[in-house]
Amino acid sequence: MKLLEYEAKKILAKYGVPTPKGGLATNIAQACEIAKTLKPPLAIKAQVPVAGRGKAGGILFADTLEEVEKVAEKLFNMQIKGFPIRSIWIEERVHAKRELYFGITVDRFNKGYVAIGSTEGGMEIEEVAAKSPEKVLRFPISPLQGFRPYHARQMAKHMGYSGNQLSTLANIFHNLYRAGIDHDAELIEMNPLVENSEGNFVAVDARMIIDDNALFRHPEYKEKAIEGELSPQEIEAAKNDLAYVKLDGNIGVIGNGAGLVMATLDVIQLYGGKPANFLDVGGGAPSDKIAAALKIVLSDQNVKTVFINILGGITRCDEVAKGILQAKEKLGIEKPMVIRLVGTNEEEGKRILTEAGIHVLDSMEEAARQVAEIAREPRKNGNNS
Amino acid sequence: MGIIVDKNTKAIVQGITGTQGSFHTKFMLEYGTQIVAGVTPGKGGTTVHGVPVYDTVEEALERHSANASIIFVPAPFAADAALEALENGIKTVVIITEHIPIRDAINVMTYARQVDATIIGPNTPGIITPGECKLGIMPAHIFKPGSVGMISRSGTLTYEIAAGLTKKQLGQSTCIGLGGDPIVGLNFIDVLKLFEKDHQTEAVALIGEIGGNLEELAADYIAKEKYPKPVVAFIAGRSAPPGKRMGHAGAIIMGKAGTAESKIEAFKNAGVEVAEKPSDVAVLMEKLLKR
Repeated sequence: MKLLEYEAKKILAKYGVPTPKGGLATNIAQACEIAKTLKPPLAIKAQVPVAGRGKAGGILFADTLEEVEKVAEKLFNMQIKGFPIRSIWIEERVHAKRELYFGITVDRFNKGYVAIGSTEGGMEIEEVAAKSPEKVLRFPISPLQGFRPYHARQMAKHMGYSGNQLSTLANIFHNLYRAGIDHDAELIEMNPLVENSEGNFVAVDARMIIDDNALFRHPEYKEKAIEGELSPQEIEAAKNDLAYVKLDGNIGVIGNGAGLVMATLDVIQLYGGKPANFLDVGGGAPSDKIAAALKIVLSDQNVKTVFINILGGITRCDEVAKGILQAKEKLGIEKPMVIRLVGTNEEEGKRILTEAGIHVLDSMEEAARQVAEIAREPRKNGNNS
Repeated sequence: MGIIVDKNTKAIVQGITGTQGSFHTKFMLEYGTQIVAGVTPGKGGTTVHGVPVYDTVEEALERHSANASIIFVPAPFAADAALEALENGIKTVVIITEHIPIRDAINVMTYARQVDATIIGPNTPGIITPGECKLGIMPAHIFKPGSVGMISRSGTLTYEIAAGLTKKQLGQSTCIGLGGDPIVGLNFIDVLKLFEKDHQTEAVALIGEIGGNLEELAADYIAKEKYPKPVVAFIAGRSAPPGKRMGHAGAIIMGKAGTAESKIEAFKNAGVEVAEKPSDVAVLMEKLLKR
């Protein structure tokens, strides 16, 4: 789960990482009240869970109260990458002598965490990493020892610091690591970590993603994870423990296993169809989960036909069949469905559906071809089945 | 023959009394897998499908000899179960459980490396050496013994492709699901190395998907080492819109890697045949093996 900038900064501040003085506003009046308590020049920053916010115009500046009002109004009427701006963070600007990058994330290949640091932080850090990888320090963290204070000092030294600055910077690195581990972060980063004209360090922007699978250890974020900035379908899906991603076509897709569902989308496209969504019911879905999945997919008005592709391993075909019937009964589904059902308890599943007059296919590619064809036909009135 | 598991594998099932644990123990037994004991804390003294259940792995291993474990324990307790198996000397641990926190998975992998054990998963369908041993949840009837080694990051997509191979009479030596999580025990390169040494394996089917850079690394390895056995690859996710980005740090690690195009290009450059549809894997494999 992605935290917003201000949430990440609150956590950093608690762990002793210096952040600029600021406050959160959800309306213009509140923004002005906060601005009064701060020393200009000020930065006003949209709180949205997406990267590249600065380049999208989500970070503006103001020197006076009038400017704060104007800028706040502008931001509250804006969207960034589809996300409406519901809150803004107002903080004192920090004059940057130098912008650093420091973050900790997961390194899949080495099966551990890795600390990453650079003296060329800021918005262009990705280009720096691509063009001059030698300017980016990568420090694999041993899970046995963790990221110790001396590791932090080594990194600060490699970044060219010494004396008091080295100790201060190393402390910040180490504190960031502690904040990340304590919160099960799969990413925690400061970019930029500004070195100001006095030689002090301030985390001007921060980002943090908490491992969704560890939310049971962090109940304070669990509620928020479901609300967030999601579409109605995505919220329903999260509540039912289903993985749903909205796409822009007209063929609803339900399957079991992320790989199979992705391959299903690929094959539908190969036959000229356009998927309306990605929906993975996961492993071992009981009938009511299948019914919930159908309800979510059909609540998208663009969906003209639904393709259910189940290859049962841990998932039982009879449960899937029961779920389809359950949904059909409750929702009165009239849109055509193409069903492919093979694997564990396949005979029983097929029998249940065939007896209810629903045709079941064996081949995923044949089913994808059929559903793409149905989606291309002009919409018929009345009964489609 | 085959890799990691064979007819001599003796396994325990951790979490044997749960719905999934008990359901799949039955199917593993029917397949002929030697399941010698089960472990569920608090359920010691009972039996599941005739398999004796113990409270701890230690106790199970005092009564039975076993060299593998398969774990169905719920996510919050699964890492603990894996560490318990490793500390008691089990050298092959298959973790079926999904949704294990990354931090817990990292701990398990680190300890496994220390004690020189093999972890398959988490979030995997498991491993099967057709005709000899199934430690997993895959439907057994779609596999048959043969010479194609399979490595996959996916579960159901593996079944799809295995069924296609079997239909064309192309049996499999061993099929391994690496697991769908960010941190898993084996990567493509580890398994390619094992298949290289296995006499039964004549060709490898490699099934990847978008995200991460493990496919690209495998492609590099195949090219650099002049991998001696033919490989056919399939990558799921060609049509996926650009997914969520893991902030700057993720982008720094991956560079341009992670997209379907990047992976497909990497394999083509390494001389690996890349299938367009799942069913094409069997078609390409048939051509390669008839050469």
